[in-house]
Amino acid sequence: LLQPAVSVGNVGQLAIDLVISTLDMTKVGYFYTDCLVPMVGNNPYATAEENSTELSINAEVYSLPSKKLVVLQIRSPFIKNKYRPFCETLLSWVKSIKCARVVLLSSSHAYQRDDEQLLGTPLRYLLTPDLEKAVGGRMKELNWKEMEKVAAYPGISDTDKVLHIPGGGITKLLFTESCSEGIQMAVLLKFCSEGDNIPDAFVLVNYLNEWLQLIKSEVNPSSQWKIPSSWRLLFGNGLPPALF
Amino acid sequence: MATFFGEVVVAPSRAGLDEEEEAREETPEDREIRREIEKKREIDVLWSWQAGGRAREPLVCSRFIVAIGRNAAAFLSSFILDSVCWEVVGVVKLWNEWCRTSSTTNVLPTDSFCLFYRLISDPTVLLCQCSCYVAEDQQFQWLEKVFGSMQKKSLQVTILSTCPVADYKTQESTLTLASPFLKALKTKEFQEPVCCPLLEQPNIVRDLPAA
Repeated sequence: LLQPAVSVGNVGQLAIDLVISTLDMTKVGYFYTDCLVPMVGNNPYATAEENSTELSINAEVYSLPSKKLVVLQIRSPFIKNKYRPFCETLLSWVKSIKCARVVLLSSSHAYQRDDEQLLGTPLRYLLTPDLEKAVGGRMKELNWKEMEKVAAYPGISDTDKVLHIPGGGITKLLFTESCSEGIQMAVLLKFCSEGDNIPDAFVLVNYLNEWLQLIKSEVNPSSQWKIPSSWRLLFGNGLPPALF
Repeated sequence: MATFFGEVVVAPSRAGLDEEEEAREETPEDREIRREIEKKREIDVLWSWQAGGRAREPLVCSRFIVAIGRNAAAFLSSFILDSVCWEVVGVVKLWNEWCRTSSTTNVLPTDSFCLFYRLISDPTVLLCQCSCYVAEDQQFQWLEKVFGSMQKKSLQVTILSTCPVADYKTQESTLTLASPFLKALKTKEFQEPVCCPLLEQPNIVRDLPAA
């Protein structure tokens, strides 16, 4: 199961949009939930007049049987105080569908990095203990960097180190719950800031592809991803001619 | 993000999550306060047949027209509703930071209200005028309580709502668009012809109409 966390810059969600759009995944269901802000629109992955009229809502599930891949896309923020019930429901659903592994795409505030994190790659990963046994070696081969723990009380030395993912939304909660419930979960995240996060989404989805090989990563992997039609006009309409 | 006075301001994130909220554990007082607020924000749907205190079978409904927002509600008041053909059969009582509705059915156009009307000549046709704002955390409740009272087989629902033209995303500038204009969204099951073009991506609908 591949899914995003609603996090800074919505990078996880944008990356998931790229996956669904490129692999032309089929919608197989949706979550009927009171935990997310309602929204509805026509098909965001429409390529032609004929397939543009399917309604789309805030939490939908897509699948690609050939790659044994199920993707959950979340399109709106959590309603206040509802993120915990959502996480609980989500994890019990994961267990009930006997999903082998969960991959969570997320992001974290770039301005919260410490001096060492400012250098080198902005991409990080996390693995629950059960998944560490299975794929930890692969991460080392790929030369990936694990998300660092930070001191619980910054400025005071000799304190416990804890996991801190500022701006990550439900990432930390889902990860810690998965650790304690024995779910195999991997978190892939990028440090970024709010703004035009399309390039961040490309970086994150290419990072994911290094491991899962969803598409052939040839010379320029970014050009292989198909941008959905709903990404048009992200930053406003055309200009009024009267302005000039 | 730095400002002219030198203090650092945290930019609001599109992710929409309040950091403080998730860091703290809830104390019993917090839980109590939250429960009280939740109770205050509960929605009550009162139907006219409930006055007698009897529970009712689900309402048989063939067409349900819902007008959300002041403009849509005014449209129904001006062109559809009258006291001869329609009778009031229900009201929604709710409170949130933006408005409060009451259980009175004698309302002025400037009030916030949410009323249900039934066509006297065909009692399976129901109409709802909702000029009050239903908050995010109340929308699901509204939905469940209103639709929970009706039998949904062969039910056709029409939702009327308005959005500012400035919110409409289009290649050209919205200043050059001929407004007002109509757009529609429909489910697969709706087979009748639609009277206007469908809403194109990347436009979406939010809040109660979306719910």
